[in-house]
Amino acid sequence: MSGVLAEIRGLAVSYDASDAGGTAALVDVDLEIVAGERLAVIGESGSGKSTLALALSGLLPTGAALTGRITWPGLASQPRPGRDIGYVFQNPDASLDPVMSIGKQIAEVVRFNFGMTWRDAETHAINLLGRVRLPDPSAIYRAYPHQLSGGQRQRAAVAAAIAARPKLLIADEATSALDSVVQAELVRLLDELVSTDGMTLLFITHDIALASSFADRIAVFQGGRLVEVGPTRRVIGMPAEAYTIGLLVSHIDLATPPLISRSGQ
Amino acid sequence: MSEDILVATNLTKSFRRAGNRVVALNGVSLTLKRGETIGLVGPSGSGKSTLARILVRLIEPESGALAFDGVDLLAQRGAGLRRLRRRFQMVFQDPLAAFNPRATVAGALADPLRVQKIVSESERPSEIVRLLNRVGLSSSLADRGIGEISGGQRQRVAIARALASRPDLIVLDEAVSALDVSIRGKILDLLVDLQRQDGIAYVFVSHDIAVVRAVAHRIAIMDAGSIVETGPTPSVVAAPRSAIGQSLVAAVPRLLTEQDLLPYE
Amino acid sequence: MTVLSRLMRQPEGLFGVVILSTLAIVALSAPLVFPRDPLSIVARPLIPPLSDWSVPLGTDRLGRDVLTALVYGARASLSVGLAAAATAVVVGSLVGTLAGFIGGIVDEVLMRVVDAFQIVPAFLLALALVSVAGPSLGVVVVAIALGAWTGPARLVRAEVLSIRERDYVAAARVIGMHPLEIALAQVLPGAIAPVLALSSVIVAAAILVEAALSFLGLGDPNTVTWGTMIAEGRTVLRTAPFLSIIPGVALVVTVVGVYLLTDGLNEALARRRVKA
Repeated sequence: MSGVLAEIRGLAVSYDASDAGGTAALVDVDLEIVAGERLAVIGESGSGKSTLALALSGLLPTGAALTGRITWPGLASQPRPGRDIGYVFQNPDASLDPVMSIGKQIAEVVRFNFGMTWRDAETHAINLLGRVRLPDPSAIYRAYPHQLSGGQRQRAAVAAAIAARPKLLIADEATSALDSVVQAELVRLLDELVSTDGMTLLFITHDIALASSFADRIAVFQGGRLVEVGPTRRVIGMPAEAYTIGLLVSHIDLATPPLISRSGQ
Repeated sequence: MSEDILVATNLTKSFRRAGNRVVALNGVSLTLKRGETIGLVGPSGSGKSTLARILVRLIEPESGALAFDGVDLLAQRGAGLRRLRRRFQMVFQDPLAAFNPRATVAGALADPLRVQKIVSESERPSEIVRLLNRVGLSSSLADRGIGEISGGQRQRVAIARALASRPDLIVLDEAVSALDVSIRGKILDLLVDLQRQDGIAYVFVSHDIAVVRAVAHRIAIMDAGSIVETGPTPSVVAAPRSAIGQSLVAAVPRLLTEQDLLPYE
Repeated sequence: MTVLSRLMRQPEGLFGVVILSTLAIVALSAPLVFPRDPLSIVARPLIPPLSDWSVPLGTDRLGRDVLTALVYGARASLSVGLAAAATAVVVGSLVGTLAGFIGGIVDEVLMRVVDAFQIVPAFLLALALVSVAGPSLGVVVVAIALGAWTGPARLVRAEVLSIRERDYVAAARVIGMHPLEIALAQVLPGAIAPVLALSSVIVAAAILVEAALSFLGLGDPNTVTWGTMIAEGRTVLRTAPFLSIIPGVALVVTVVGVYLLTDGLNEALARRRVKA
């Protein structure tokens, strides 16, 4: 673990102040992202966890008002989106162009960022498709998004996100739309990619158990505020806030007492 | 009155996709007793949603038989089928998509009361209030638009709508998958309570075996259009025999398990 | 209400609303302000506009007041245009909904009928019907609608095809709702928005077809329309061009007004969709 990659101080974001309520999406957030760490951001819908990711990557929609400060001690300059920050969305269809072959989309990222020739970019892209464990990468290179399954599309989206070798990879509910088996595989893949490449991972999820399975630190958000942040073992083992305890209690896994036995059936 | 509310025998279904025949169901049989919950678990593409929709006659199977409370369901047509629909209902995954975007809460609940002539027109408002209260909602929500309430409230309205016609069976297709973790538990509690009070049978479809385990008396594991394993919930979860059953169990995210990490328990 | 206020905030929408509401007010108040029969002779023929203030826009070949005729013409043009467009939208939406919702052979047959109507130019269709059935207001309305209902039908069908796959349609089937109620009460309202945007274009086209029919002498002979005014002015085009120009300009202003309103309406509806 080296220095700090990004430092967030007093960050507040609100969408469209003219709208009813003028709700703030983030309020007074102080958070450091340590270079090389796997930081899980936990929250339910409306917690502001996605807004945090959008603010970090400069992808906030026009009209959103941002105050506070995000500095990047870990980067030489302000981050270039797509180059220094890779982004994987919940829905792979939102990030993949439906009428361009998978490989071409990835090769284009490589060409744009590293100035490679098409031939080198193709080799590089096929290599990347192999790294995200897609079967038969050269066939996938020529495939179009609709020809792949949901899990395969998300792997392709991961390949595109890491193609420019970003310092920070943001996975925004990247596994939530997938079934549990594919989700577990993708989490394993992300974990492995960030450790071999020395990337920093910001893993945004509503599932605290999923986060606890591999994150170094956990930050819990609720209603736009950072409720608590700390090492995974501490947050899971000794949660400081009632809200975190609530999340842990409502988690359902194979150790949860079945509801029907309680009802006496 | 037969003991089995639903008996499906050898159901098959295939879809035409890009000129190819894709088998969605490959001879599926299952039996459901009154007041019992069967969990249908499987990865995406295993055919569980197709099966769920066939059970409520939203999709026609190609072959096989379906008996609802001793009545040959597949032989029913037109007005007879519509009358029979009172007794088997469905709750969908995305409560926002499952309501007409222009509907109000009261309007959505009035539909089944009117269509199935459950109560007279003058009793309808009080019946709507009763339904809202049964699912733990305030009657003040009645005049709100479906888009103006939270996701958890919306799924409660969907359950109230299914309850409105006083059914014997409700098919729940990933009914809690899109909900926040803290809401999910409450909805599951509600479903179990309703079952205990009314003796409703559930077909509970999910990709998450941990959630199914909490509510189902029996589990049927599906893969590639077939039920590959079925049995009482505890034994299937404890020692799955099929390969897909084993990976479904393995894929459940677990909170850090060391007991000393969990001082609050 | 919010759509209306957004509509008025667009310059196009504002101009469209101003033009059309002025026209509508003029047309509606015509019998009050101009109690004279537009076909009655009031002065000597061919008085040029702005020379005699009792007939501000002059008189025609027979000495009839051009202003009165113009105002009564607005009544005819607007009402025929609106009635024809309304007929076309209602028929087209119903056909489109049934074709899209029922699918299969019904869809196939209905859409081939739509094809057949689209192959024949709308104006020829109108000409044919009016020359067979005779020129009365009702026939003219039907004749114009005959060439205009296919657009709404195609548009609604395309929307219905996507809406009928939504969960809320399945949910309506699950509670045992009658298919006809599902099609008309659940599906159609969601499919109608793009048709409403198209309907103003249909109104504009209908007004033009009506004018063209009257110009050819196939309008209702007992009503004054802008088309008959232009047709009558044609014979004295060299000596009294104003007789053709004045109703021509009225026609242009109306159609432009309708298009501006459409633009504004599309913009306002799109804004709302972005917000939602």
